[in-house]
Amino acid sequence: MLETTALPRKATLYPQLDTRYQVETPEGIDLPLRPAGLMVRALAFAIDLGLRGLILGLLFIGLAFLGKLGAGLGSLMLFGVSWWYMVLFEVLNQGRSPGKQWMGLRVVQDDGTPVGWTASLLRNLLRFVDMLPFGYFLGAISCLQHPTFKRLGDLAAGTLVIYREQPLTRPQLPEAQPVRPAFALTLSEQRSILGFAERQGELSESRTLELASILAQPLQVDPPRAVAELNGIARGLLGPA
Amino acid sequence: MKQSLFEQRHKAEWEQFSLMLDQLEHGKGASRTGDFPKDYRRLCQHLALAQERGYSSFLIDTLQQLVLRGHQQLYRHRSRLGANVAGFILAGFPRLVREQWRFVLAAGLMFFGSLIGFALLVYLFPDLVYNLIPAEQVGELQSMYDPVAGHLGRTTERAASEDWVMFGYYIMHNIGIAFQTFASGLLLGLGSAFFLLFNGLMIGAVAGHLTHVGYGQTFWSFVIGHGAFELTAIALAGAAGLQLGWALIAPGRLPRAEALRLAAGKSVLLICGVMLFLLIAAFIEAYWSSMTAPKPMTKYLVGAALWGLVAMYLLFAGRARHAPE
Repeated sequence: MLETTALPRKATLYPQLDTRYQVETPEGIDLPLRPAGLMVRALAFAIDLGLRGLILGLLFIGLAFLGKLGAGLGSLMLFGVSWWYMVLFEVLNQGRSPGKQWMGLRVVQDDGTPVGWTASLLRNLLRFVDMLPFGYFLGAISCLQHPTFKRLGDLAAGTLVIYREQPLTRPQLPEAQPVRPAFALTLSEQRSILGFAERQGELSESRTLELASILAQPLQVDPPRAVAELNGIARGLLGPA
Repeated sequence: MKQSLFEQRHKAEWEQFSLMLDQLEHGKGASRTGDFPKDYRRLCQHLALAQERGYSSFLIDTLQQLVLRGHQQLYRHRSRLGANVAGFILAGFPRLVREQWRFVLAAGLMFFGSLIGFALLVYLFPDLVYNLIPAEQVGELQSMYDPVAGHLGRTTERAASEDWVMFGYYIMHNIGIAFQTFASGLLLGLGSAFFLLFNGLMIGAVAGHLTHVGYGQTFWSFVIGHGAFELTAIALAGAAGLQLGWALIAPGRLPRAEALRLAAGKSVLLICGVMLFLLIAAFIEAYWSSMTAPKPMTKYLVGAALWGLVAMYLLFAGRARHAPE
């Protein structure tokens, strides 16, 4: 989270274009969640739909051998799979139906806590309205106009579909001699320089050079030396390993 | 303090906290859960420090993930329903129904009003039934309840296994209808009103028609038992839906989204009670109503007793507070 620390200028600063949703915890910490948009949710739903079809198909083939008993069981299964599949997975598998799991999503409450029985039941019952009048029309409209992409069921149940946190790997900082910067850095400048050093492994060499040369003048070095200088400052900020 | 020193000092703590989170997330009782809140708050402090001191994104993101997982464990909502099913059935549900008496009354009037009204109309003007139900379906219904055939509800005497088939079918069909009636209430209550009226008219038409053609005895003795639970449940599902719609129409002093969320929280509890009612109804319908051995009079008496039971339950259960709640 880079807060804007630029000096006030005449032109107003627009808030960053950002879909992150901040949950403020009772401890006074802001936890950023990343709500998932329409497309990825539609894909997750398509996967779930296919999977449900497959389950029902296999069950019916199996139950056909059981005759009358099978028909009764089949009705119960159809009921269970069509109304309870999502609820059971969401509550018992940490907010993830198989489709959501595949697409890296999960359902949480508005305050970032795991989704419970009543909320999950509610959001999945109201799916019926989201599907009206055809093919998730109302749900899609609601999802597209809402800042955190909620469909009607999410609005009523107070739930949110977010991207799951992926495990992070420690980035390798480039080797450099620690340097003390020539002037005091603001917090966001400090974070930017550290970010530049941490992300260098993912950037091409020419892009690294291009980014660093923007800062060549304030750092009072030649553009080709700027990369090494910035890495040095980052090393200095980080401290001895 | 430099970042690397900060990391060195607290690394062990963070790793231990992460291990405890793993255990909690997999539902195992962690060894030192008593310390969990304290450890969590300490982690929050570390995150705040890291942000304030401008440490690198990697460290802040890692700490944020840990805090999020800790937050989810510490503040997770305990399900009120799962913990207290008995209390909900004995007192919570009827209390909730009485608390929402306006919606229950409105839904009840719509459903039972249209049912009784149209049944009377069809009884007096028999041709009306064909306006609502196609002729071939009317024929099918008629053959199902034909007293000459000497069996009920289906075309052959049912074996136990067939009762089971119908049990499954009733559950799927009836709970599906209840869910639809509830969910469509989100359309400003119009959907619930539609399903209440529509189902009322359909059932009324069938009842009126069968009584008119003289199959009343078989029909009424079949439906009276499970009707107590089934029809009440549909009306209650409609009430829950109307409540959703009303929160959107008249949110009071709250924003509409907030009013909807609060109303939905209550109405979903109503739906849980409705599901219970429909389970009981499906059981009675499959195993008692379909029996042909008891005299119609017995069935009427049992049916009346069941209606009385439902009314007493909804009106009086949970009025006095007892200790075990």
